[in-house]
Amino acid sequence: MSGTKRYTSWGRYPEATPRDVKEIAWRTDLPELCKIDPPLLPFGYGRSYGDSCLNDGGVLLDMTPLNQFIAFDRETGVLRCEAGVSIEHILEVVVPHGWFVPVSPGTKYVTVGGAIANDVHGKNHHSAGTFGCHIIQFELLRSNGDRLTCSPEENTDYYEATIGGLGLTGVIIWVEMQLKSIPTPLIDMESIRFENVDEFFALSEESEEIPYTVGWVDCLASGKNFGRGLFTRGDFDDPPFGMKRKLKKVTPLPVPFDFPSFTVNSLTTRIFNELYYRKQFKKRIRAVTHYNPFFYPLDVATDWYRLYGKKGFLQYQFVMPYKETREPIKEVLRRIVKSGEASPLIVFKTFGDVESPGMLSFPRPGVTLALDFRFKGKKTLDLLDELDQIVFDNGGALYPAKDARMSGEHFRMSYPNWEAFAQYIDPKFSSSFWRRVTES
Amino acid sequence: MLKIMVIGATSAIAHETAKFFAADGADFFLVGRSPEKLSVIKDDLLARGATSAETHEIDMNNFDHHQALLDSAIDRMGQVDVLYIAHGSLGDQALAEADVDVMLQEMNTNFLSTAAFLTLAANYFEERRRGAIAVISSVAGDRGRGSLYVYGTAMAAKTTFLQGLRNRLAKVGVSVLTIKPGRVRTPMTAHLKPSPLLADPEKVGEQIYKAMKSGRDILYTPSYWALIMMIIRNIPERIFKRLSM
Repeated sequence: MSGTKRYTSWGRYPEATPRDVKEIAWRTDLPELCKIDPPLLPFGYGRSYGDSCLNDGGVLLDMTPLNQFIAFDRETGVLRCEAGVSIEHILEVVVPHGWFVPVSPGTKYVTVGGAIANDVHGKNHHSAGTFGCHIIQFELLRSNGDRLTCSPEENTDYYEATIGGLGLTGVIIWVEMQLKSIPTPLIDMESIRFENVDEFFALSEESEEIPYTVGWVDCLASGKNFGRGLFTRGDFDDPPFGMKRKLKKVTPLPVPFDFPSFTVNSLTTRIFNELYYRKQFKKRIRAVTHYNPFFYPLDVATDWYRLYGKKGFLQYQFVMPYKETREPIKEVLRRIVKSGEASPLIVFKTFGDVESPGMLSFPRPGVTLALDFRFKGKKTLDLLDELDQIVFDNGGALYPAKDARMSGEHFRMSYPNWEAFAQYIDPKFSSSFWRRVTES
Repeated sequence: MLKIMVIGATSAIAHETAKFFAADGADFFLVGRSPEKLSVIKDDLLARGATSAETHEIDMNNFDHHQALLDSAIDRMGQVDVLYIAHGSLGDQALAEADVDVMLQEMNTNFLSTAAFLTLAANYFEERRRGAIAVISSVAGDRGRGSLYVYGTAMAAKTTFLQGLRNRLAKVGVSVLTIKPGRVRTPMTAHLKPSPLLADPEKVGEQIYKAMKSGRDILYTPSYWALIMMIIRNIPERIFKRLSM
């Protein structure tokens, strides 16, 4: 990441221009936030897809220079570090000592501050909950100069508001978290083909005891192939005898330019999906893999958002209950297949019922589907509005970190705590997302 | 474990280099002007695996304190295996053109303080007959340019000083590494225009670490600066003097 830093969101839609960017570099020399013209918003690596990390016309506080470790107890796995430290850097330091981040999103290029602000989840949501569930304490700097130590015991209200609080409650300065003990950096994993959505649910249920699970579903396949996909599950483990232990260190390759916007189209996606589904001949395969390809398959290419071309893309991630009826989720999938607009990168997973302390957290018991749509203007927005109807009519919610267009009404309906949360927002902080969903 | 004295320990490049030694379990003696920043760096290196880290506050332009500084490092760590000098300031060319005191001050900060301390340290290493010295100079010392020649002069002097020192200490098995970074994205260059040649301090730190471990003499980092500077050094003066650089 050399040269000019990017201050856009990952999907590059919508566009927003900050009035100014201020770097925060030393925890011993923090800026007086009251002297900066509002609205302010912390910004990390810009891995949020929509406008929750944007502040059109306001000031972004670039947190990435605030990236020092403070203390790491190798015996207990308690790590304290500044908010701008990335998961990549944490893993470099802790994995050699037998520790791992308790919860990881699909990329390691995120800051811990951002991971708290979006209360991110990963493949172990059903067993470990969200990132926020593992935060022992953190320090929050408010624009009036107050520095609050927040934990389940101290400043509890700010603790709960800041986890999943979209960066609106102030600046997180440092974080203390409980890491997860691992026997090796290797994952003993299994990949299983499923023919339809019901089979996916059956696999999810049978895998509840396995820490990491995730599904991929072919969002173009119709007819008898409708709902087919791959289910992956695994855990850190010593490799079974005779399996290869050799590991390669992978250096990510940059995507050097914006691909023409037609690169990701229904034909290339259809080809990709067919190959991906058929990459294994057998119904089930078992393998031992390094944690990198298991957790971070997309990190092999930096700036992969460029594959979608200059106009960017929209990511759509919802959660919906499924225990009573699976019909709505199938209906959403049918509409997506019918549109032929979905890209190949899909995450299909069940969330568990481990509750997060975060007031505004996205994950809730149910099934979640995340996918990308190359931005084609009104056509794309209309399709997503259509999907919204089914999602919200059935008690679902969208993920703010990935959203660029849901209506204020839908947000307020699916996050009923939003008004209680609002009283903890720092009066000088705001974001493009927050203005959009509360002012319209 | 390797015992490393770092002068200018709060600089981004020095810190990035030190992170690699920390992962190896090194002992550190960290020198800088700000005790608060030094303690931030100390915590970070300890969390990353450093065996121990001491901090020492000093302005290197106080030449009188250099002997005490060196004694203190030797005393606290028992010995110094690696001396890594990274302090400096990019300065303000326009101010240095307008004010003799500013120009002289820059020479102090960017050259004389290093030369003064190295004079003491070289004798220590020569007597021990082992160890390594690494000093950050700059590509700016390879040719004087209108926009940055006061800084460039200090760097050229430093480079020449190190060249001579290397020649002297090679005979007793002490290595001397001259580090010439190009433009690196650090707080020191934050005010400069963004450029594709602006390198990541992490990458630069790693290259310096490897060069120090392998006992290299001169390191351009990132390495493409060796080529860029070869071209720049070879532009005939009658053409060069007309360029705005």
